[in-house]
Amino acid sequence: MINKMAVNVAGVDFKNPLITASGTFGYGREYEQFFSLDKLGGISIKGTTDKPRMGNLSPRIAETPMGMLNSVGLENPGIDYFVEKTLPWLLTKNTTIVANIAGSTPEACAEVAEKLDATDIHMIELNISCPNVKQGGAAFGTSAKAAYEVVSKVRQKTKKPLMVKLSPNVTSIVEIAKAAQSAGADALSLINTLLGMRIDINSKRPILRNNVGGLSGPAILPVAIRMVWQVYRAVDIPIVGGGGISSAEDAIEMMIAGASAFQVGTAIFTDPYTPINILNDIDKWMTENNIKNINEIVGTVLEW
Amino acid sequence: MIKAIAEIIKKDCLQSGTYSFILKNKQVAQEAKPGQFINILIDGFTLRRPISICEIFEDSIRIVFAVRGKGTAKMAEWDVGKKVDIIAPLGNGFKDAASGEKLLVVGGGIGTPPLLELAKRSNYVKSILGFRNKDMVILEEDYKKQGTTVVCTDDGSYGENGFVTKFLIQSLETEKFDRIAACGPKPMLKAIAEIANKYNVFCEISLEERMACGVGACLGCQCIIEKDGKKQSAHVCKDGPVFKSCEVLL
Ligand SMILES: Cc1cc2nc3c(=O)[nH]c(=O)nc-3n(C[C@H](O)[C@H](O)[C@H](O)COP(=O)(O)OP(=O)(O)OC[C@H]3O[C@@H](n4cnc5c(N)ncnc54)[C@H](O)[C@@H]3O)c2cc1C
Ligand SMILES: Cc1cc2nc3c(=O)[nH]c(=O)nc-3n(C[C@H](O)[C@H](O)[C@H](O)COP(=O)(O)O)c2cc1C
Ligand code: FES
Repeated sequence: MINKMAVNVAGVDFKNPLITASGTFGYGREYEQFFSLDKLGGISIKGTTDKPRMGNLSPRIAETPMGMLNSVGLENPGIDYFVEKTLPWLLTKNTTIVANIAGSTPEACAEVAEKLDATDIHMIELNISCPNVKQGGAAFGTSAKAAYEVVSKVRQKTKKPLMVKLSPNVTSIVEIAKAAQSAGADALSLINTLLGMRIDINSKRPILRNNVGGLSGPAILPVAIRMVWQVYRAVDIPIVGGGGISSAEDAIEMMIAGASAFQVGTAIFTDPYTPINILNDIDKWMTENNIKNINEIVGTVLEW
Repeated sequence: MIKAIAEIIKKDCLQSGTYSFILKNKQVAQEAKPGQFINILIDGFTLRRPISICEIFEDSIRIVFAVRGKGTAKMAEWDVGKKVDIIAPLGNGFKDAASGEKLLVVGGGIGTPPLLELAKRSNYVKSILGFRNKDMVILEEDYKKQGTTVVCTDDGSYGENGFVTKFLIQSLETEKFDRIAACGPKPMLKAIAEIANKYNVFCEISLEERMACGVGACLGCQCIIEKDGKKQSAHVCKDGPVFKSCEVLL
């Protein structure tokens, strides 16, 4: 029997289009206590760098209307630890594993990619868009030239399918998307968080110790839908859409806008069963609407 | 740790703006340990609210919370019969109570509830409870049932006059204790940690940090601990909320 939910992104098979978003799901260990990771299309791991990082000081979390800010700042144990200690366990799971990577220089990103090239990881997601690190990160993601440079450097060091994660904090996301494509990206994922800030009116102190952080959650869904739609019309490589998805309807909307698969993050904090509920509800929706294969809906928006 | 529905079977207002709920769920009650917490879903909010477990019964748990912002204000409107969506029990609680052990409990304000269940499980406990003023005093009777209890207020409007640290030092000068358990504002915990260190008493403190996932996945709730002279990252929701006072940097 063919799996009506299966998708393929740049040659990588996912049993369904739902990927848990980097940084919101750890490596799956905690959420495995709620449900089997085998149910997921894929897992994008916490952003991993060449060396271990402590991240930013706390507080790192602030709530916002229909969302939240975070300034975790890429806290992670480093690529060597990940490859040795965590990846073997992750690869025993019957799901697709995406390594989200980042770095403060193009060379550092390339080094991490090279180390992953020697493993059985299924896909690399290069984050050129983290708003929480002082150097690199956002800087690569906000200029087409810098984006081109970092993607090409990483491309030279890996044959793994390479997905590039774009920042929404730019004037033209289409320009960056095109630069990543021409530098050799096999797929794009968007959007990362939007830069935001909250202030305690009594102490006049920003809630986040880092002053600013990345906005995620339902509040950013319309921005993500718009950007996926714009980029879908401008590039030839597949898109993984994300940002604010909390229901099957949101996910279907994202696919209609042009996403071949989608990521779910913040909504998992509200309800850890969100991924399972979304998958069940998409299944139901497909039956009700007589859709035989989920790929049929990708990019089917009928714009005015 | 499970996601569960727990029904409010008793609601009390302890002081203006401070409420007590008894939440019924047998599995959570049976898994729960003193010092652990629960993460509460409030309709319309992205993030759950972490609240400590105050007491554990056969098939229910008690929580006590103060209204601090929009989320806790919404919770204060809930009544008996409301079915609450919780993730529980979460985190690492206090070291188990051992018989023959003398425990000193030090709680400040809304930091007093998380210490009650541990006090109940100890054969010998002395409690020092500090509040800003008379209108903030909570759980005095609950602690008195467990052993000697000193209530103090910053302005002397009720009980003894002064901070908990004054009565902590007095207690340690006059009696030998095996362990201290403390919860309250950070400056208070810092002072308690220093005193515990000086008197060489094993001391655990329960910390708060802003949280997103509550289970250890998002790394949102970092605190820094020091082990073998090396600074390390820890996460309040998973490695805590209870830490050894000699290990955590405040
Ligand atoms: C492990 C743990 C145990 C706790 N136990 C208790 C308890 O037993 N009784 C009690 O009254 N309070 C307790 N708190 C504090 C309680 O979580 C906050 O007072 C509450 O989240 C405030 O929510 P709000 O919507 O009313 O405030 P808002 O300020 O509107 O909340 C905005 C955001 O900030 C977070 N936040 C605000 N203050 C705190 C805080 N002090 N700690 C953590 N997050 C905060 C909220 O969770 C929310 O995400 C505990 C906190 C932690 C981390
Ligand atoms: C706490 C937290 C940590 C995150 N860490 C990373 C990260 O390490 N790398 C990355 O590419 N994106 C990271 N993100 C961004 C998410 O992967 C996702 O792109 C974003 O949150 C938007 O999706 P959402 O609204 O579904 O959460 C993080 C988001 C959150 C909330
Ligand atoms: S709140 Fe997510 S790791 Fe503690």
